Amino acid sequence: MTEFPQLSLHVPEPAVRPGGQPDFSNVDIAKAGSVPRPEVDAAPETIRDLAYSIIRVLNRDGDAVGPWAGSLSDAELLTGLRHMMKLRAFDARMLMAQRQGKTSFYMQHLGEEAVACAFRKALKKGDMNFPTYRQAGLLIADDYPMVEMMNQIFSNERDPLRGRQLPIMYSSKEHGFFTISGNLATQYVQAVGWAMASAIKNDTKIAAAWIGDGSTAESDFHSALVFASTYKAPVILNIVNNQWAISTFQGIARGGSGTFAARGLGFGIPALRVDGNDYLAVHAVSHWAAERARRNLGPTLIEYVTYRVGAHSTSDDPSAYRPKTESEAWPLGDPVLRLKKHLILKGAWSEERHVQAEAEILDEVIQAQKQAEVHGTLHAGGKPSVRDIFEGVYAEMPPHIRRQRQKAGY
Amino acid sequence: MARMTMIEAVRSAMDVSMERDDNVVVFGEDVGYFGGVFRCTQGLQAKYGKTRCFDAPISESGIVGTAIGMAAYGLKPCVEIQFADYMYPAYDQITQEAARIRYRSNGDFTCPIVLRMPTGGGIFGGQTHSQSPEALFTHVCGLKVVVPSNPYDAKGLLISAIEDPDPVMFLEPKRLYNGPFDGHHDRPVTPWSKHELGEVPEGHYAIPIGKAEIRRQGSAVTVVAYGTMVHVALAAVEETGIDAEVIDLRSLLPLDLDTILQSVMKTGRCVVVHEATLTSGFGGEVAALVQEHCFYHLEAPIVRVAGWDTPYPHAQEWDYFPGPGRVGRALAEVMEA
Repeated sequence: MTEFPQLSLHVPEPAVRPGGQPDFSNVDIAKAGSVPRPEVDAAPETIRDLAYSIIRVLNRDGDAVGPWAGSLSDAELLTGLRHMMKLRAFDARMLMAQRQGKTSFYMQHLGEEAVACAFRKALKKGDMNFPTYRQAGLLIADDYPMVEMMNQIFSNERDPLRGRQLPIMYSSKEHGFFTISGNLATQYVQAVGWAMASAIKNDTKIAAAWIGDGSTAESDFHSALVFASTYKAPVILNIVNNQWAISTFQGIARGGSGTFAARGLGFGIPALRVDGNDYLAVHAVSHWAAERARRNLGPTLIEYVTYRVGAHSTSDDPSAYRPKTESEAWPLGDPVLRLKKHLILKGAWSEERHVQAEAEILDEVIQAQKQAEVHGTLHAGGKPSVRDIFEGVYAEMPPHIRRQRQKAGY
Repeated sequence: MARMTMIEAVRSAMDVSMERDDNVVVFGEDVGYFGGVFRCTQGLQAKYGKTRCFDAPISESGIVGTAIGMAAYGLKPCVEIQFADYMYPAYDQITQEAARIRYRSNGDFTCPIVLRMPTGGGIFGGQTHSQSPEALFTHVCGLKVVVPSNPYDAKGLLISAIEDPDPVMFLEPKRLYNGPFDGHHDRPVTPWSKHELGEVPEGHYAIPIGKAEIRRQGSAVTVVAYGTMVHVALAAVEETGIDAEVIDLRSLLPLDLDTILQSVMKTGRCVVVHEATLTSGFGGEVAALVQEHCFYHLEAPIVRVAGWDTPYPHAQEWDYFPGPGRVGRALAEVMEA
């Protein structure tokens, strides 16, 4: 006999499953404007609270309040609104194109548009992002041509990646967008290496690493934090917590830590949690982190609290694992509507102009799609050559690949 | 010309490369102040400063992952994996990242990195300090795989590897660091200072990746080997008196197939030797290519001599290691067939 009870395994469960009433009452949301804004050179140990709160700028009425407000002009906010609207329209068209069989796969950003769109504006030309598959906002907000993105999605004859990569795994060095792997978390530590290189060369450029809540469980996440904190690399370590990793709720990856941001504290890395659906807050916090990096003060970890309104990809159906109405219950609202409300309140925007902008943007997206489709879609029209399979594995094609290419008839 | 051990040759290659190109950086576990557990990077930090040669946390995925990021920036990292046996945590970064960045981005980004790693047994390292994982790299498209067998080649090949635009796995047979070990573990090893291939130019020179070298001309049988096994094969040839041609592959990927085929067409017999385990080892690839291209020239089945398909044992190291006795018996076997 033992004095202890039998052991049992704890397997975390989300608060609600399909059929239940969505409930986010456990999400502790700080009042807009209530979280202080420290100086960028504040000692990490003095700002640990920021890892457990949520920095918010836009309040329920649409006002920008508190110490994090004011990082952008009205003109910049209008541009930001347009970027988010463009990304949303782009997503809707590409989702439809996937359903029409024009591509094999698509991943949308619905509900998370503010994160990458606002973040991009905190970076400068020459800085480098190491994105995941849900940061196309970085390209849209940097005015990367939509038609190029579509050529890639359709794997057509103009695909800049020659049909070799899954749809949406873009690459653009020119736009500070590292080639997306499709593998998870590997890019996180690569971003740290890029930032270390910039510091080794006494350059002024900084890097940004991206990861989702689920992938923080990968060991590369921890390697990245070790290297970033050891060498004080000029890198912004972004975690997009959209609550869901395909069908797995964020509690499985988070374990017993209070928040994902809190993971940075053990490494002595300043860690901030921000309302990911608040364009102004995302920008203000990213800008703060970018300034730290540029002043050689080292890495910053940011958790963007947001919600993945759509499916993970075109290959899953969220109604199988979460209540259909969950996204409506999400307490941080819709990033597009929130920024729109703010701009209308300030007199810089109106319902009419919004409707008009929607129509203009949709037209822009449709025009780009028409241009792209001239060069083919996955199963119709122009496509990359079979020769492209064999090119580019190495700078110089070795004899064995040349023999195989000849065998394939090219 | 100077006399160098393989350690000194490898160090000299990094030194020459760092001197010529500011973008070359060297890091890894214990490589900075101390100069590496095998002392391959000794003095580099003192000479080039600690932002170009530094200690890394014990995190191979971190070492390789950061090297990939540095290469994307424009540096040329030459990193050390302390033992080849430690590379597994980095395997994801090596196979799915380093090897494919050029391809998947259509050349928008590239990955010119070198991963140096001490390889093979013979130092009583047991299962975690003796492995030869080269076939786990040759199976990955996008990598280059190099295994030198002497100081002269080690330096020239490492310089080529550092200058290469693609990722190179550079496996250094650690039993060869101090001399041309031929498998006779009960005898003292001749130091490299007494071997012609220990004579190494002090400056810059490059040996092209993808070219084999014939170490001994012969007409009776072709022995295909690399790394430590080149010296074991040469000893076996000497001891059996069989007139074998011994090919040192030097680079496994790309492979110098022409040199192998020309030799086998001449001899009609082939033995492939490596220290790594037999099943799915690189010898299987060589044997397949030889039968594919030379079937009608063969007078005997191709024989492979390799490590047993077991983990590398500690106490029974010399019963595991494919020494000159086993290679000699294989030579006799193909000659009798």
